[in-house]
Amino acid sequence: MILELLLTSAPDWAIRHAAVLIVVVPLVMAPILALSPSARLAWFLALLATAASSYFAILTLGIVQSTPGGIIEYWIGNWYLIGIEFRVDALNAMILLIVSGMAFLATVFAWPTILADVEKQKISLFLCAFLLCFAGLCGVAATGDAFNLFVFLEISSLSTYVLVAMGARNDRRALPAAFDYLIMGTIAASFYIIGVGFLYAATGTLNMAEMAAQLPALAGNRSVQVGFAFIVVGLGLKAAMWPLHQWLPNAYSYSPSFVTMFLAATATKVALYALIRWLFTIFNLDYSFEQAIFTWVLAPLGIAAMVICSFQAVFQTDVRRMLAYSSVAQVGYMILGISIANAAGVSAGLLHLFNHSLMKGALFMALAGVCLTYKGTTVRDFAGLGRSAPFTMSAFAIAGLSLIGVPLTAGFMSKLQLGYALFDHGWWWAVLFVVFSSFLAVLYVGRLLQAIFFEAPANPGKPRKEAPLIVLVPLWILALANIYFGIDASFPVGLANDGAAAALGLEALQ
Amino acid sequence: MKGDHHIILRVVAKCLIPLILIYAFYVQFHGEVGAGGAFQAGVVLAVALILHSLVFGLTATMRAVPPWFTRGLSAVGVLVYAGVGVWAMLNGGAYLEYQALFFEPPGGHDGQHAGIIIIELGVLFAVSGGLSTIFYALAGRVAEIRDEDW
Repeated sequence: MILELLLTSAPDWAIRHAAVLIVVVPLVMAPILALSPSARLAWFLALLATAASSYFAILTLGIVQSTPGGIIEYWIGNWYLIGIEFRVDALNAMILLIVSGMAFLATVFAWPTILADVEKQKISLFLCAFLLCFAGLCGVAATGDAFNLFVFLEISSLSTYVLVAMGARNDRRALPAAFDYLIMGTIAASFYIIGVGFLYAATGTLNMAEMAAQLPALAGNRSVQVGFAFIVVGLGLKAAMWPLHQWLPNAYSYSPSFVTMFLAATATKVALYALIRWLFTIFNLDYSFEQAIFTWVLAPLGIAAMVICSFQAVFQTDVRRMLAYSSVAQVGYMILGISIANAAGVSAGLLHLFNHSLMKGALFMALAGVCLTYKGTTVRDFAGLGRSAPFTMSAFAIAGLSLIGVPLTAGFMSKLQLGYALFDHGWWWAVLFVVFSSFLAVLYVGRLLQAIFFEAPANPGKPRKEAPLIVLVPLWILALANIYFGIDASFPVGLANDGAAAALGLEALQ
Repeated sequence: MKGDHHIILRVVAKCLIPLILIYAFYVQFHGEVGAGGAFQAGVVLAVALILHSLVFGLTATMRAVPPWFTRGLSAVGVLVYAGVGVWAMLNGGAYLEYQALFFEPPGGHDGQHAGIIIIELGVLFAVSGGLSTIFYALAGRVAEIRDEDW
């Protein structure tokens, strides 16, 4: 309904260019920020850019849902069939909505944390890097060209390395973390581009849709299989698929808290989207080697991530590291959903992707609020915070419960869908792993909640101090979204079902 | 100057730097008909700056071309490139549709011509500014741990 209202009120140019404007607005704003003399002005412009992008993302979703085929095609430079295409269907539209929405909320709450984490004269450059990263992520999600995807992947990754390294002001370990991420990210990007090279050699095209049309004739071609393997490993590394996740815990723990929140809510999601796009839209299930990969590679890796990384999370003393390991575990759930390789499974994976960005966004945002007022991110530092910062911490608790998958929270809905999909597929044993991993989540989230609400403060002289209002408002929006989508999940479930149907090339799924 | 060991170096560099700069623009505009292009031209431009700083010292170079300028230059380059795309969009074309720049009917080539030249100019700015900034950042870095502290 809101979508219809937006669609009718939007000007013609916005409707026509919506898909490309999501990327162009932050891309144009980024260099302006680099030239901006004032930090406050830079933040305001960044806010404007992310808000505009979110608007165009919602508009894009509306257009996709209201057009019959459900696909927006936009040829850059009007080079029809020979140029770069932006191609948005229900799957990308969902990812674009998540990325731009989270970027907007992140920018709103960013101001006080940036002031605390980043040197004053570097703030506008920092925000410039953030906008570039955001533009890159949106570009990955919007593009319909395999090589262009690589370019946007690099834009987002390079700026992410910068953003992570900016944590060095608080903790020098941010520098090796950023360097590790740089090496791993570069390997991932090279693997991806090698894979694209093989496929280009075999098909003679870089356009994804065109490639998908040509590939069936090339079944059994060795270079297609090699290209497939390279692409899956490259994107798996970017998406922090176990055991390729080693860069993630450090990168999340030492970067400025605003960056952690933004990355946790968007970066791995976009890589996972690209993986889904390659696995289901460009390649498809008719290839026997792909079936084998789903059953024998992706499903075991997903389960291993769920169990092993949840275990690792239980033993962490630093809250950010704990949540980072938990992120890898959550990626495991999504990979497990994808590996079922039918509409219900992909839909469950996408739903968890949506919900995970809500809950990790809220958790890391609350964490940033705590960093801001109390410094210190170990579990011991959190003791007694429930009394000194009740609003921040109750939002944290809601998101934590959602992470466990307690009923009436969003996390429960996606685990339920995943369970249904697994049962329908006959993988009942995998459901046991999901339940076991959720039990581990009870342990690590419970340990935190116990410290927060039931332990005496480590330092009793601590004054009662909430996070600033500008942090609390977006934090509570996310926390309430966690509850709302746990009670009425029709919106995200609808998005995920449409997305899965678009990925698998099916008619809309009910 | 008495006792200046590097006088030959200085004189040769002084002769070479203008030539390098001219060569950069040659590469830039030759890109249309042969080997060359804005990326290479930008690198050559930055090389002139690096040669200057190697021979005359970083401080002198930073006085001639201040770091804020190189950084701004790269930002302006990106802005020029993206701006052409937006310009085409404002004229009713698709993003980066050069044909739309001057409202040309199909078959006209002025838009294509101007569009590609402006965009290459943007790339030149971005690459030369970016490379000089990276060079300044590396060369101007003060060691945080002195050698004798090891």
